[in-house]
Order: sequence, then structure tokens, then C-alpha cells
Amino acid sequence: MTLDEPRGAVLAREDRLPPERVALVDLLDRLLAGGVVVSGDLVLSIADIDLVRISVRALIMSVRSTDEE
Amino acid sequence: MTSVMNNAGTYLYAVTRDEGSTLPEDLKGVAGERVRAITHAGLVAYVSTVPLDRFGEEPLRRSMEDLDWLGETARAHHRVVEAVARTTPTAPVRLVTVYSGEDQIRDLLDRRHDDFAETLGRIADRQEWGVKAYVDPAAPPPAEAGEESATRPGLAYLKKRQASLRSREESWRQAAARGEHIHDALKSVAVASQRHRPQDPQLSGRAEWMVLNGAYLVDLDRGAEFARVVDGLRGEGIDVELTGPWAPYSFAAFAEAPERLEGGTGDDA
Repeated sequence: MTLDEPRGAVLAREDRLPPERVALVDLLDRLLAGGVVVSGDLVLSIADIDLVRISVRALIMSVRSTDEE
Repeated sequence: MTSVMNNAGTYLYAVTRDEGSTLPEDLKGVAGERVRAITHAGLVAYVSTVPLDRFGEEPLRRSMEDLDWLGETARAHHRVVEAVARTTPTAPVRLVTVYSGEDQIRDLLDRRHDDFAETLGRIADRQEWGVKAYVDPAAPPPAEAGEESATRPGLAYLKKRQASLRSREESWRQAAARGEHIHDALKSVAVASQRHRPQDPQLSGRAEWMVLNGAYLVDLDRGAEFARVVDGLRGEGIDVELTGPWAPYSFAAFAEAPERLEGGTGDDA
């Protein structure tokens, strides 16, 4: 009905973005600081590594060129 | 039955309730391995096998510095979480959580059953939205007139420079306040919120100040309302960007602290 429906409302109604279209930096915000952190008989968990610092350094060096593709 | 070899680990993506939903055929996870479901104690864990020569601690330390590897792994993880979250409330697990085998995963589902149940109850029928707000630091020049400028140019210069520093500080304060205001407005439509660190301008690709990098857990039937609030918050000198809906990554943490191994990253907001 509304012709000038806000972009956000359209986005909200639509299905999720295809995973490959999600910006890597937004994804890493969530994957490196979010999610369930579990413990126990882990071979490895991210909690063992200061991943955020490492990955941000790697990102800063190369994300721009990735995004420009 | 998957026999677990010493050189293989079990990578955990997400946990859901056992509601009999089926995975897409041939869903591939990290390292291109097929994703499978482990059903136990009323929960389902989504896992795949990973080679420990690439997903052990030492190789991983190196891989994490490799953006191609990190990006590929993050996207593979996300793809699996999305596929699962399409059909049922899903608790995503932190990137790169690797167990020695399926028995350890079952043990986890037993031990943390109540935590998973609580988390899944909290995020059911809700979606995560991301909102980033940018303020243009090119603040309007402060109203400042100096008669001195004609007679005492040195002093005028110093005063001007001081004023410019003050005004930059002041515009930062104002920008931060706008960020708070936006966060508060969004919080009022959300059931929970979480602030991520503002992204580095080189990562966001934008020169403006990111004054808010927020995540909001919103009832499914209030998604459109939330988006309208976002749209209403844009204005002169401020841009507000909406991303999502996301699987509830930012709201999956257990209410109580893990038994050990507190990562200490990201929960500082």
C-alpha cells in the first residue's frame, strides 16, 4: 500500500541475506565475540587464543582489498 | 557411527532442540566436510569432522592470521548456522570450537543441557538485528568571532587552535551522545541488546565515526516496527545502517559463566 515504505521495513520482511553477501567484518563481530562458549573436553576453543586482536590485525591489512572486488 | 581417528576432531556449529527438523542434504561446513546432526538428551548438535593438522591449536594460531582462511572458515560456519536457523531456534556456537569426538559432544549436551535449554528458550521467536550508526565528524564550525584577529594574530591563532581542539572534543561528545540516544531508542523495541566494539574505519570502509555497533534481539512480530525505528533515527550528519536478521549470535551466551576458560573478549560493552 505505502509507496515510500522505509527500506528497513522491506528488509525486515524479506528473507535473510544470502550468507555470502554478509559483510565479513559484521560476521566476525558476532563469530569472534558471540556464540555459545563451551568448555570441557575441547581440543581447541577460541578462548585459548586472543583471536580478536590477531584477526583484526589481519583484517585491517586486507579487508579493504577484499571488499573492493 | 563415525569412528574418530586421532587426527580428526569434531567441529561444533550450533545446538537446537530436537524438533525432528532435517538438515539440507549435503550441507557442507568448514574444510568442505559434510555436516551431520547428533541428537542427544532432547537437543541436536550440528557438527562436522575436521582434520586436526589444520584445526589443532598450533596450525590454528597461524591460520588466524590468514584472512583468506579466516573469512572462508567464518563464512562456512555462518552458512551452517543459517541453514539450521531457518527451520528452528538455534544457539550458534563460537567460531572454531573443536571436540575430540562425538562422545564429548554428547557429554556436553548432557552437562550443559539446562544452559542450552535456557538460551534456546530466550531466543525462540526472536531475531538479532545489527545497527551501526555513523556520525560525520565534519562538525559545523563553532560560532566564533575575534576582534583580536586583526590586532594580535598570534593570540588569535592560539585561541582558534584551542577552540578547534575543544570543538572537536565537543563534537565527539555530541556524537557519542547521539549514539547513546539511538541505542536507547532501539533498546525500547528490543528484548535484549549488546554493544560490539565500534569497527575500525578501515574495516567499516567509512571515514565517519562509528558511534554505535549494536545488536538487538527483537521479537519476530516486531521486526518491521524495529526497522521503522531505525529509519526514523537517520538524520542530518548521521547515518544508521541496519543488518540482519542474524541468527542470535550476540545473545547465545549462557546466562552463567562457563565453568572455565572465560575468553574475556567482547562482553565488555
